[in-house]
Amino acid sequence: MTSPAISVSGLRKAYGDKVVLDGIDFEVAAGSVFSLLGPNGAGKTTTVNVLTTLLKADGGTVRVAGHDIATEARAVRAAIGVTGQFAAVDELLSGQENLQLMVDLHRVGSGQGGRVVAELLERFDLVESARKLVSTYSGGMRRKLDLAMTLVGNPRIIFLDEPTTGLDPRSRRTMWEIVRGLVADGVTVFLTTQYLEEADQLADRVAVLDQGRLVAQGTPDDLKRQVPGTHVRLRFATVSELDAAARLFTGSTRDDEALALRVPSDGGTKSLRALLDRLDEHSLGAEEFSVHTPDLDDVFLALTGHATEATR
Amino acid sequence: MSTKSPSLVMLRRNFKHIARNPTSVFNAVLMPVVLMLMFVYVFGDAFDVGVDYVDYVTPGLMLLAVCYGLGATATAVNSDMTKGIINRFKVMDVSRGAVLTGHVVASVLTNLIAIAALVGVAFLLGFNPAAGLLDWLGVIGVVVLLGFAAGWLTVALGLAAKSPETAGIAAVPLVMLPFFSSAIVPAEKMGPGIRQFAEYQPFTPVIETVRGLLDSAPSSGDAIAAVAWCVGIALVGYLWARSTFTKRA
Ligand SMILES: Nc1ncnc2c1ncn2[C@@H]1O[C@H](COP(=O)(O)OP(=O)(O)OP(=O)(O)O)[C@@H](O)[C@H]1O
Ligand SMILES: [Mg+2]
Repeated sequence: MTSPAISVSGLRKAYGDKVVLDGIDFEVAAGSVFSLLGPNGAGKTTTVNVLTTLLKADGGTVRVAGHDIATEARAVRAAIGVTGQFAAVDELLSGQENLQLMVDLHRVGSGQGGRVVAELLERFDLVESARKLVSTYSGGMRRKLDLAMTLVGNPRIIFLDEPTTGLDPRSRRTMWEIVRGLVADGVTVFLTTQYLEEADQLADRVAVLDQGRLVAQGTPDDLKRQVPGTHVRLRFATVSELDAAARLFTGSTRDDEALALRVPSDGGTKSLRALLDRLDEHSLGAEEFSVHTPDLDDVFLALTGHATEATR
Repeated sequence: MSTKSPSLVMLRRNFKHIARNPTSVFNAVLMPVVLMLMFVYVFGDAFDVGVDYVDYVTPGLMLLAVCYGLGATATAVNSDMTKGIINRFKVMDVSRGAVLTGHVVASVLTNLIAIAALVGVAFLLGFNPAAGLLDWLGVIGVVVLLGFAAGWLTVALGLAAKSPETAGIAAVPLVMLPFFSSAIVPAEKMGPGIRQFAEYQPFTPVIETVRGLLDSAPSSGDAIAAVAWCVGIALVGYLWARSTFTKRA
């Protein structure tokens, strides 16, 4: 258990002369959740593809489950489960047949096989559509089936490339619960995401990928300390009101141009009520009131000095 | 069940695909039968081949039936590669050839179904071969060997093609080859140029071997050439398919 589940050093990958991964180093401890955070085009999928033996690296060394991905690809494949960014399911089979296919390929005994399939269908809420062709499934159902297929054979290291992108909030929670359940069973999870909140919820360690380099690495708390925290934004009608309010809330920052005041807050109802009561006591009224939680954009702005690709 | 080989699992998957989209197989079975009716009833009297025309043309059409099924195989392999499921197979610890073997075996079995239908119709039309049981086994052996050889080559073509449509087209030369062999008419009856081509191309010895076996008078020269061609084609197809499969991420 002391050796890391995944260790990557000096990983490089280019497509033609476009460098996608420019020397990446990180380690993932066995039994932990590691999250690779990055905007569109950062190189998340490329990293997953290299680590899972789908793509050859141009340089650097990668060991997964103690095996070198370049020389011991088969041993790596035997140890991992992968749910890629785009559902890897057989459209012309039903959900149940897809799972049965995995059971057969993993050579799960026939007695157990049926039970494994039934359990996974149940766990992923796919019992009703089990006999329907996957080509009739919704995007979310495909993703769930995809993950269920990954779990057949109980891999010890699981790669999830943006597992919740495109899922509704309820399915996202379900996915999170499943990841937590896996970790409780001692599985190592490597997941990529575009959402800081997701990394925050699930990951023990987070690495931020930007333009082929890791610009930050640490626990979610480490990262959040580097970005402006949750705050309340108040916009006033006049400068005098802004002045008065700024005196009222210590630690607040003012934006004179917008006549706005940024007050640190945990966003909870208690502190919000206290804040509003405070304004009331001094007969101050804000034109506009909003609560901000830091998102990936804030992290990026703070860490790289530029916004994410998507919003640029 | 736990000892099921990956190739068998993949084969079952291919069969399920075919069962859900049976048009291609239907096509592969029906077309040779239609050709047989056409050749025997429409052109049969025009060709003087020394024997009953149905006896002459059945072996040729058997091989044509093998080739006719290849277009569907090429398309199926190619469209399989463009689907996400292939990436899952690639990151699993299963033999990488299993997916391809599944396609080849499905292709051979489709061939056998098509040939069974064809031979059935031939018997209705008065097909009367001299072949005994051993000769028939030999015929099946040659047909299966050709099916495997052409199957691997087709899988390679299907992998190398950019899209399912071009994959179908890439298999056309294979489908056409039997026409320029002794399948429909003896090579001696063809024009110069085509005749030399027909005499030296791989299908002619294969067809002549089948014809010999059905006459219960196999020629070992043809048989050796036929087996050599098939093994060579199979090997080239297999190696080409494997390297293309590994390259296509
Ligand atoms: N096959 C390819 N050929 C050329 N360039 C590629 C190829 N695949 C990816 N790229 C480029 O590599 C970069 C990283 O792509 P990658 O798919 O790893 O990003 P990502 O972080 O997964 O993005 P997303 O959030 O959109 O999934 C992109 O600029 C992309 O254009
Ligand atoms: Mg991606």
